[in-house]
Amino acid sequence: MTTLLSPPRPSVSETERQRPRRPWSLSKTAVNGTLLLATAYTLLPLGWLVTASAKNTGDLIGGRALTPDRWNLGANLSALAEAGDGIYFRWYLNSLLYAGIGAVLCAFVCVCAGYAFHVYAFPGKEKVFGLVLLGVLVPTTALALPMYLLASELHLVNTFWAVFLPSLVNPFGVYLARVFCAGYVPGEVLEAARMDGAGELRTFWSIGLKMVMPGFVTVFLFQFTAIWNNFFLPLVMLSDNRLFPVSLGLYSWNAQTRAFPEYYPLVVIGSLLAVVPLVVAFVALQRHWKAGLTAGSVK
Amino acid sequence: MTTPTKGVRRSRYGAVGALLAPFLVLFTACTLIPIGYALYLSLYTERSSGLGFGGAETVFTGLSNYTRALGDEAFRAGFLTTAQYCLLYIPLMVGLSLLLALLLDSALARARRFFQLALFLPHAVPGIIAALIWMYLYTPGISPVISALDAVGSHPDLLGSPLPAVVNIALWEWTGYNMVIFYAALQAIPREVLEAAVVDGAGPLRTALNIKIPLIRASLTMVGLFTLIGSLQLFTEPMILHGVSPGVISTWTPNMYAYTAAFERGDYGLAAASSVLLALTAAALSFVVTRLGRGRAGKRTEVTG
Repeated sequence: MTTLLSPPRPSVSETERQRPRRPWSLSKTAVNGTLLLATAYTLLPLGWLVTASAKNTGDLIGGRALTPDRWNLGANLSALAEAGDGIYFRWYLNSLLYAGIGAVLCAFVCVCAGYAFHVYAFPGKEKVFGLVLLGVLVPTTALALPMYLLASELHLVNTFWAVFLPSLVNPFGVYLARVFCAGYVPGEVLEAARMDGAGELRTFWSIGLKMVMPGFVTVFLFQFTAIWNNFFLPLVMLSDNRLFPVSLGLYSWNAQTRAFPEYYPLVVIGSLLAVVPLVVAFVALQRHWKAGLTAGSVK
Repeated sequence: MTTPTKGVRRSRYGAVGALLAPFLVLFTACTLIPIGYALYLSLYTERSSGLGFGGAETVFTGLSNYTRALGDEAFRAGFLTTAQYCLLYIPLMVGLSLLLALLLDSALARARRFFQLALFLPHAVPGIIAALIWMYLYTPGISPVISALDAVGSHPDLLGSPLPAVVNIALWEWTGYNMVIFYAALQAIPREVLEAAVVDGAGPLRTALNIKIPLIRASLTMVGLFTLIGSLQLFTEPMILHGVSPGVISTWTPNMYAYTAAFERGDYGLAAASSVLLALTAAALSFVVTRLGRGRAGKRTEVTG
């Protein structure tokens, strides 16, 4: 319709020629320049962290630029290893345990639930799923205090489990897993498996789970990040610093920098090391986090 | 399709139960029960009896914890701070990430994969570390940013104005993340739609405003919703600035208020009541945002339909 009603248009080549003259028209330089500027904003603070990690206490606090002759990275690393009898690496190990095991189990639990929501029809299904979606909206920090009090009734406060168990729950992961199952698990394949006499759980284990593996990795990646980054829950639950994850350990060191400036380089290099595994994971698994954000956004 | 026999159906329900049970048990234990317990706690107050040696007794006090929280100037100030934070941060972040996504989606952008990764990378940095990095970058003496600004003659007091300082940290953490969401949604727009717009003579700006943005409204609503819920829970970043920036007091946000009430004053009833009020605010605002998103989408289909 519009093609009939609209006035005769200039030919494509004409519009092409006119385009650069329009005042709001975008030039290649402007577009890529803006993107570069934004990239500088996101990357420069990380660059500062890298150079700051190689400075000694005086140069760091004095804001002196890093020069090769004042390279202090090795000394900072050994100071980090010695501080509090190597407590930092204990925190690091704790974080790897909380986040590694927690994210694998969480992703598995989410994929099981997402698969059940996708494959089966059962009474009250959409109501239960709606409840799960509402769970996405609950501010997690509002849950931390009652969880702390419940955990103290159960004598779980200041234990590994107090931080580990709550991190297995991610309602958004169930939602993502359902979306992924809808995309990766065709009903016909499951029907064929049933015809062959495979049981329901066996079908899930040997066929469904394999097909939805990309979704599993995506949920794992996001949950790993969430647990690694979690600060509020460990802050509330833990008082024994041998159970701390890296985030809480760095926070406790940072609180000491006022009285003991030698903690400054420890906090900085500790932060750098704590960022490395996530940066590596996100660079290596680009396909997966992009898929996760797409699945979360389009539906 | 053959109708499943009774035995098959029973085994299917068994499978549903087995697959859903782990999540539902954990969800109940770590979400539903804590919500219920917070509601319960908020209705009781602990009173230490006598000299304090006999332990404390818990008394039902109805809504008095709520009136105490709402009557506390510090609590209301925390809500006001959060409101200001939301009004400054959410439009800035959504606008900036949408702009970057549109630029990246335009035909002129180069090195798309690199830009996507580089802009997303701050999301890989734990919030506590992001806050630490920026705290150092705000601190005179340590910060190269401040020395550079000093050199050109302006002497900003970055720690003196906590609100922009916290907004900047949040922008750094979340702009790239949400940019990727918008970019993914933009890429999902059918190419025919965009080609039709070009044929109709629409320039890149008009295509962006009249076609691309309306088509990714669902993503905008979702990002708005999650950003809002996240903003209401503001805690980590101001916790790091607390003590360095004189403006950030221990009750600067409602969450910090609840934390202080529980762990510095031991007033669990008050802490629970303020958490519940925060969660109710989140629920009410989420409802408004989803309604707004849906309402507009509904209007649009009416117009086109």
